[in-house]
Amino acid sequence: MAKRIEVSDLDIFYGNFKAVEQVDMTIEPRSVTALIGPSGCGKSTFLRSLNRMHEVVPGGRVTGKVVMDGDDLYGVGVDPVAVRRQVGMVFQRPNPFPTMSIYDNVAAGVKLNGGRMRKADLDELVEQTLRGANLWEEVKDRLGRPGSSLSGGQQQRLCIARAIAVKPAVLLMDEPCSALDPISTLAIEDLMHQLKAEFTIVIVTHNMQQAARVSDRTGFFNIAGTGQPGKLIEMDDTQRIFSNPKVKATEDYITGRFG
Amino acid sequence: MTTITPPRAPVTSSLTSGVLPKWAPWAVVSGSLSVGLVGGLGLGLALPLSLVIGVLLVMVALPAVSWQVEGGRRAKDRFVTVLVSLAFALAMLPLLSLMITVTQNGIHRFDGTFLSSDMRGVLGEGGGALHAIVGTLMITGAAALISVPVGVMCAVYLVEYGKGRLARWVTLLVDVMTGIPSIVAGLFAFAFFAIFFGPSIRFGLGGAVALSVLMVPVVVRSVEEMLKLVPNELREASYALGVPKWRTVLRVVLRTAAPGIATGVTIAIARVIGETAPLLIITGSTTATNWNLFDGRMSSLPIFTYYSYSIPGARPEFGVERAWAAALTLFVIVMGLNLVARLISRFFSLPTSR
Repeated sequence: MAKRIEVSDLDIFYGNFKAVEQVDMTIEPRSVTALIGPSGCGKSTFLRSLNRMHEVVPGGRVTGKVVMDGDDLYGVGVDPVAVRRQVGMVFQRPNPFPTMSIYDNVAAGVKLNGGRMRKADLDELVEQTLRGANLWEEVKDRLGRPGSSLSGGQQQRLCIARAIAVKPAVLLMDEPCSALDPISTLAIEDLMHQLKAEFTIVIVTHNMQQAARVSDRTGFFNIAGTGQPGKLIEMDDTQRIFSNPKVKATEDYITGRFG
Repeated sequence: MTTITPPRAPVTSSLTSGVLPKWAPWAVVSGSLSVGLVGGLGLGLALPLSLVIGVLLVMVALPAVSWQVEGGRRAKDRFVTVLVSLAFALAMLPLLSLMITVTQNGIHRFDGTFLSSDMRGVLGEGGGALHAIVGTLMITGAAALISVPVGVMCAVYLVEYGKGRLARWVTLLVDVMTGIPSIVAGLFAFAFFAIFFGPSIRFGLGGAVALSVLMVPVVVRSVEEMLKLVPNELREASYALGVPKWRTVLRVVLRTAAPGIATGVTIAIARVIGETAPLLIITGSTTATNWNLFDGRMSSLPIFTYYSYSIPGARPEFGVERAWAAALTLFVIVMGLNLVARLISRFFSLPTSR
């Protein structure tokens, strides 16, 4: 199911302001790709352009190509809704639907889309998904409780479960652990290791240790100054980036000399 | 004045200061009030004036005592506390007075006969408000049926879809509509239906239309606020699952805002249920119970109250009694509506965490 994404010549705008410039990048299937860089350099904006969530923001638009297994996501007549069914997303802050139970949150992708499923099939899907998100053992006795009754880390795993329940090809994660404590962070990182067998995962993180721990490839974004567009400076295997980067700015950033 | 100034508390560090004991403010308040009352009444002033003097005394005495013991900042705090409590009392006074008066005067005729019979053929004693109750409930219900869908959809447009000039115009028009005098709404409905049915048209649905003109802007405003309160994260979470926008609005946004919408709708209903002027024009008044919204004059509680009081008939005392009882009935209906809104909003409310 996992798919390769090829980004070429991508510029991203907010109205007339160019936020990200000239990104060329290949995201490999069945791997974790981490995006690092200082605040405001456009990592999250870039991530949101991969499932056409960027254009939800008023004035948000994109030029260039994002090709997923041969299909241009920004091609003529492409339905953003269809793209988002293929490319799921997990957000910085856990955001389970407050009106729904744990069970309904996992089933939300199916139910909100008006899908009809036999109860037994849906039960099966929910259990499989929650097991996949390492949450089943913790919540199996209280599936009817509201999603907001869980702890922050559990809520974030619930959101991951909700995202993978619709069986996307790619999973985007926008700083998924920045609101969580170290134990919950570890649980999510373990989960990423398991999930990359099935999905293409792209994660934005401010935590360089996390990027080093979980990712196979790392991209470093930087910004020349306030008001300037962010750029992809360097992209390579994670080991190479963290041990022997080609660009000076990358080395400065990961050794903590700036940012 | 019976003010007690306890000795300044021993200052033990740079952070401690004198504190009035718990009972002291109350003692000062009751002391000042009684001094004002006794003094004022003793001088032969009226009770309300003496009360005002007492309150003024409280406003002087409590900060003064506090200044002595606790210092300037606490004294100001006490002064503002008195001001705020006073404002609250002033706001509550008319409401309480209204409730007590209406209940006292209306309870006498608020009985089974009153609720179950109309005024057909009644000249003196007896009679009831069934025709008016039925009219009020049916007209207001129809008005709600018209304005809730229109109002909710308009609010959804403004919050979720509307951009640019059209949305700004709609917002402006809604604001203007909020200020329409109710009699104009009645005239509008009358003028509108007179085009089709001639100038002698009187019927319940026309009243419902007039009331919706008043109700729609209130619904739009309150629902708009509620929709704005729904966090954007929930919309994004839904989009990210590949849910189309219209389903997101329907199943996530409206569902999350449902308790607030229920409350807003009830407030809007309560706002129009007591309207008299527009109904006077377009629904007219009658003494018989009319169950048909589409044909014939219909009475309603406010109009029944008005006529029972202004044209009480041969035996005025019974008419006035009925007027009070009808006012009480309207009161009870509005109270009941608020109760129902509470229940609905609890039913829809977000499941509490833990």
